[in-house]
Amino acid sequence: MVSKSLKARNSLLSSTKRQLEILSNGIFSEGGLPKFDSNLVAYELNAPRPLKLEILQVNVGYMCNQVCAHCHVDAGPDRKEMMSRETMELCLDVLKKTKVKTIDLTGGAPEMHPDFLWFVTQIRLTDVEEIIVRSNLTIIMANKKYHNLPHFFKQNKVHIISSLPFYKKNKTDSQRGDGVFNQSITALKLLNSVGYGKSNSNLHLDLVYNPSGAFLPANEKILEKEFKKALKIDFNIDFNQLFAITNLPISRFLDYLIASENYEDYMSSLVEAFNPKAVANLMCTNTLSVSWDGLLYDCDFNQMLGLKVASPISHLRNFNLGLLQERKICISQHCYGCTAGSGSSCQGTVV
Amino acid sequence: MKRNYYKSDDLKKFKNITDWNPDLGEKFFEYYNSVFKEGTLSTREKSLIALAVSHVVQCPYCIEAYTRDGLQKGIEKSEMMEAVHVGAAIRSGASLVHGVQMMNVYDKLSM
Ligand code: SF4
Ligand code: SF4
Repeated sequence: MVSKSLKARNSLLSSTKRQLEILSNGIFSEGGLPKFDSNLVAYELNAPRPLKLEILQVNVGYMCNQVCAHCHVDAGPDRKEMMSRETMELCLDVLKKTKVKTIDLTGGAPEMHPDFLWFVTQIRLTDVEEIIVRSNLTIIMANKKYHNLPHFFKQNKVHIISSLPFYKKNKTDSQRGDGVFNQSITALKLLNSVGYGKSNSNLHLDLVYNPSGAFLPANEKILEKEFKKALKIDFNIDFNQLFAITNLPISRFLDYLIASENYEDYMSSLVEAFNPKAVANLMCTNTLSVSWDGLLYDCDFNQMLGLKVASPISHLRNFNLGLLQERKICISQHCYGCTAGSGSSCQGTVV
Repeated sequence: MKRNYYKSDDLKKFKNITDWNPDLGEKFFEYYNSVFKEGTLSTREKSLIALAVSHVVQCPYCIEAYTRDGLQKGIEKSEMMEAVHVGAAIRSGASLVHGVQMMNVYDKLSM
């Protein structure tokens, strides 16, 4: 089980440059698998372009109480990057200036940010319709100071999206660490007890499933049915939707793929599962991702690969939506993760 | 030169069997895909049956395909191994039940 981030381990893969080199060479060299851009051309598809901006995904920092083996953020307790209050204020300005419907707070564990409660309360004062918090669940149980989070979420009508790799202990703990499953179950029960996840409630609690290994997720609807049945029977837990998310070959998941000698087969299976219909609905077409230091990216994955927006506007400080919308989205071979099978995004499948 | 009868990459070429007989090949794949659709049996149950049968017919391609399929469907290793034992039990049972045949012949021929 990993206990430190790649960064703290001084791993070669903590360099985004190294990751991008791997993704562009090897199996993707001449005569190997087609690169993502040439594959789009072969299918006569246009490269993804920004459409109407609907979601601002804000990564408030890479600190996390967990060190999941598959984490594409390389998050962990040893990561100290954290958004300043000034940058949070710049996010609020963007919400006021634009018609963004949704703000999606992620990390790390966003709840660990010292200004998290302040930030959410301030966002609620804007016109934004939906506040999503990506909660890893265990944080709610990690320390007394977080026990009140379910009530706080409820007061601020936060939409919670939580990862639970599986409805059974073994597979969850193997991916996310010992004890994670039991703590997640306790946290889910707490969320249910304040009204989250009930079919008649407007307090939404969605779960994220991602495969615990070098394989693609199965059909989202069928998995949802199984998760619902098992969590209800075993623990009397309710939730709204299940999102099946494909693991992208970035950071710790890339490290795992290479170390377990699954990298080439995994990339081939992503390429083989390429679904042209997924291209029209890629997450990067309606989302902008902001990093802890206020830089802008096409998506959280590009953020983790250090692929800044290809635009003169690269920081929240000089945010200009019109100019940003003219940019080209940066693509590379990791994008195959978003187009495999039924496609994948932070909201699950896209087809 | 190392020669193997089975190459794992050949699984990807399975669809090429239609090249030499499109009509029958396509019919087979259509049938195959229909069989594995969600029906009275769930896709999960079908995947476990396929895994057990793969072992009985000892097809390395099918074993790889249905182990992967099982993982994707969230089937656990304990369930997979039980399925393999079901297949193995039927297979050994099928051998052993012929012991009755042997006994019949033996008894008939013996004084
Ligand atoms: S996957 Fe989520 S919970 Fe796990 S280490 Fe990364 S940020 Fe933390
Ligand atoms: S990885 Fe990002 S840029 Fe690439 S397709 Fe997915 S959302 Fe778009």
